[in-house]
Amino acid sequence: MATNISFILNGDEISYEVKDHWTLLHLLREKMGLIGTKEGCGNGECGACTVIVDKLAINSCLYLAVEADGKTIETIEGLASSDGTLHPVQQSFVDNGGIQCGFCSPGMIMSSKALLDENPGADYEQIKHALAGNICRCTGYVQILESVEAARDMGGQK
Amino acid sequence: MNELKSDLSVVGKRIPKLDASLKAMGRAEYIQDIKLPGMVYGKILYSSYAHANIIKIDTSKAVALPGVHAVLTGEDIPGKMKMGFYKDNPPIKKGKVCSFRDEVAAVAAKSPEIARKALSLIEIEYEELEGIFDPEKAMKKDSPLVHEKNKTNILKLPWKLHYGDVEKAGEKAAFTVEDRFSTTWVTHCCLGTSGAVALFDANDNLTIYTNTQIPSLAQKDFLEALKAMGLENKRARVIKPVIGGGFGSKLDTYAYEHIAILLAHKCRKPVKLTFDRQEEFKATSTRQPAIIDIRQGCDKNGKLLFRDIKMILDNGAYTSWGATTPSVMMMPVTSLYRVKNVRYSAKCVYTNNTYSQAMRGYGNPQATFAIESSMDMLAEKAGIDPIEFRRINRNHPGDVTPQKFKITTCGLDLCLDTVEKELKENNIKQKGVGIGIASLIHVGGGARIYKSDGCGAILKMDDYGKVDIFTGGTDMGQGLDNITAQIVAEELGLFAEDINVVHTDTDVCPWDVGAHASRSTFVAGNAALGAAKKVKEKLLEFGSKILDADPGDLVLRDRLIFVPGDNEKKMAIDKLLRKAHFSPGGTMLMADFFYDPDNENLGKEFKGNMSMTYTFGVHGVRVKVDVETGKVEVLEYVAAHDVGRAINPLLLEGQVYGGVVMGLGYALTEEVVHKKGKNMNANFRDYKLFTAKDAIKIKAPVLETPDKDGPFGAKGIGEPGCVPTAPAIANAIYDAVGVRIYDLPITPEKVLAALKEKNN
Repeated sequence: MATNISFILNGDEISYEVKDHWTLLHLLREKMGLIGTKEGCGNGECGACTVIVDKLAINSCLYLAVEADGKTIETIEGLASSDGTLHPVQQSFVDNGGIQCGFCSPGMIMSSKALLDENPGADYEQIKHALAGNICRCTGYVQILESVEAARDMGGQK
Repeated sequence: MNELKSDLSVVGKRIPKLDASLKAMGRAEYIQDIKLPGMVYGKILYSSYAHANIIKIDTSKAVALPGVHAVLTGEDIPGKMKMGFYKDNPPIKKGKVCSFRDEVAAVAAKSPEIARKALSLIEIEYEELEGIFDPEKAMKKDSPLVHEKNKTNILKLPWKLHYGDVEKAGEKAAFTVEDRFSTTWVTHCCLGTSGAVALFDANDNLTIYTNTQIPSLAQKDFLEALKAMGLENKRARVIKPVIGGGFGSKLDTYAYEHIAILLAHKCRKPVKLTFDRQEEFKATSTRQPAIIDIRQGCDKNGKLLFRDIKMILDNGAYTSWGATTPSVMMMPVTSLYRVKNVRYSAKCVYTNNTYSQAMRGYGNPQATFAIESSMDMLAEKAGIDPIEFRRINRNHPGDVTPQKFKITTCGLDLCLDTVEKELKENNIKQKGVGIGIASLIHVGGGARIYKSDGCGAILKMDDYGKVDIFTGGTDMGQGLDNITAQIVAEELGLFAEDINVVHTDTDVCPWDVGAHASRSTFVAGNAALGAAKKVKEKLLEFGSKILDADPGDLVLRDRLIFVPGDNEKKMAIDKLLRKAHFSPGGTMLMADFFYDPDNENLGKEFKGNMSMTYTFGVHGVRVKVDVETGKVEVLEYVAAHDVGRAINPLLLEGQVYGGVVMGLGYALTEEVVHKKGKNMNANFRDYKLFTAKDAIKIKAPVLETPDKDGPFGAKGIGEPGCVPTAPAIANAIYDAVGVRIYDLPITPEKVLAALKEKNN
């Protein structure tokens, strides 16, 4: 079975015929070539595949592509400005050592952006809570949490 | 000791990781992201038993499935194609399987879905054999044999030393402790799973994209594989994509790489073989589990007199680098603190469990857990404060340890003072709250495991003041790209962003033994520095002609070449370079350098100065133990490290923080649960990693003890962060509630059981 869906992806209107069993992650990575969204586990446990759907951070590996119909989706590719300027959350991760191997970074950054969009004054505990679904093995989270706090202090949202 | 040069413009700066922007934008390409024209997908079928004879394999249905391009079984594997340190492991097994992770067949198909379907169509008849899962039982004469031809499960490895006289020293000891500690399987959990893409050109030359920490040694393994396949005198090109975490997991070559090669050769198409998370848990190698018997004694003043350690290591069914971790365990055993009389032996034993490999610390975390727990116990018995006890026995600069390690710089005293100050500052004794410390020694100036400990670098400058440096070293996220760039930029008077570090391709990068033993900053850093010095000399010589100045008076800094205080004698470096290239009889600004440190292989009785320098550290922790639930909460953590010189403090702190939290997982939560050889928790829900919710604020004081041989004084810092964490936690728990936990991880169940036993 295939279904035609329409959605807004990083500001562009998209129509796509998707198979009913495809996940949003599969559509983004395998069909549309948006490799910035990573698959770390495929079970909704690691958060590497986090994208923002209608302002909510979700695991795209557990989200069926057909559900994207009518939604507004942001992926890591849509964060930087068209002139290449990084989003403040991205820049903050870069500047504060929030990125080592980088595999968790797109998901981590999307979760952080969704949090700061919703709650621009999120405190340390709220940040920890918001990132609890994003696993990182390199940083021990210390510099990731510092990155999000620094983004918040700069007025992280755009 | 080197003086800290303070007039550096690039080294010592908190420069963000050079590839961080690319990664933040989602544009870094990992193995999962590689797609080549005509590429097909490989999948591996694993054994259904821990120990069984393979009676029959029928692949006919899989072969007949449309979209399947190749099917392999053990029968298709050339006899000489073997993997691992012992070469006891063929990429696909035939005749018999010895663990659940044994590969029994593989396919390549048009899509991953078809490949999975094809695996389900392969019919295998097994005859189950009795398995052996406990290394102590496996050592007994009547045990089932994992490899019958060996006639024993005990590996013939030489791990045995005795310096001084432990028995005699034991008689003199005023206080002695003797205990058994144990550690279990933990795994790297790289966020980017394993994988490879293999392809052959028209002349049977191999290109393989693979996550590896050892590009040059992997190339050797793959060339041997080609030879075994009858492809003599061919080329093997190893390309590293961006690596999604290493931690030692990529220090060997694996079945999936060999299988990708075999499939690619069979179907003449590029074959991509990547692991899903479950497969990553089940089919990659763990840290080596250890059973450790330790006896230590001191005199009445607290001076350590002897240390006596016996270990049994569960080797699993095959032999990778895990079996060689005793060579590193020897380091803390013989050289953490001053102790003249030392005995150590380790037996590696085959079982039908998963086989182990290198993991951050390479045996040091296991050994240090036992030693530093035992040190606290001995201090208590002798009635001496545990920090004071360590101070009495600490290593000193200039010491030569019984294993003949030459301690050059040693910041252990500084680390002890710093941690003590931090922990004792607000130490109000509360019920259920306690403090603990543990120290570490690790190699910090390379480690001569192989005949060479070398790394090459090739450096060229272009007309625009930019540098390309081709290094044998590997960046897997830890930041060698920055270290290299900052060293080169400092030497050549440029900015870090002027330096392009290429470490991805054996066709262009020089040789290196690999990203192991915390050696990259020291060894690859010195290689880069050596090449930069040669180019600098050329630049100065050329600059001296153009600017009419003595080369000795010229300075390179901030993209300029100049004589300080003389405004006439100043030129932009890029302009000078254009003159060098665009003159009659012009010259190229290029150099190569091979740095092989002056360290020694372990020789007779395992003696020899393995590393140019050693790094020390002390971790201190304050914990709160909930006596109702057994849960341990970390209230405060201080990780003080003697680092030589911080080339980049931002990245260095990142290594320490990451190491500490990996160490906390080892101490408290992480365990690959095996039931009769079967992995029972192959997912992130049941394998308990620390999450952001569990994150703690860590103080990581960077104590600089510039080393004369390190690049700008630096020592290695990749592994030390995770080495003393577990014993620091165990010691703090004892201080808090008076129970000693001997077995990792220290789960609430174990704490509760110990509390119950204590109260009875």
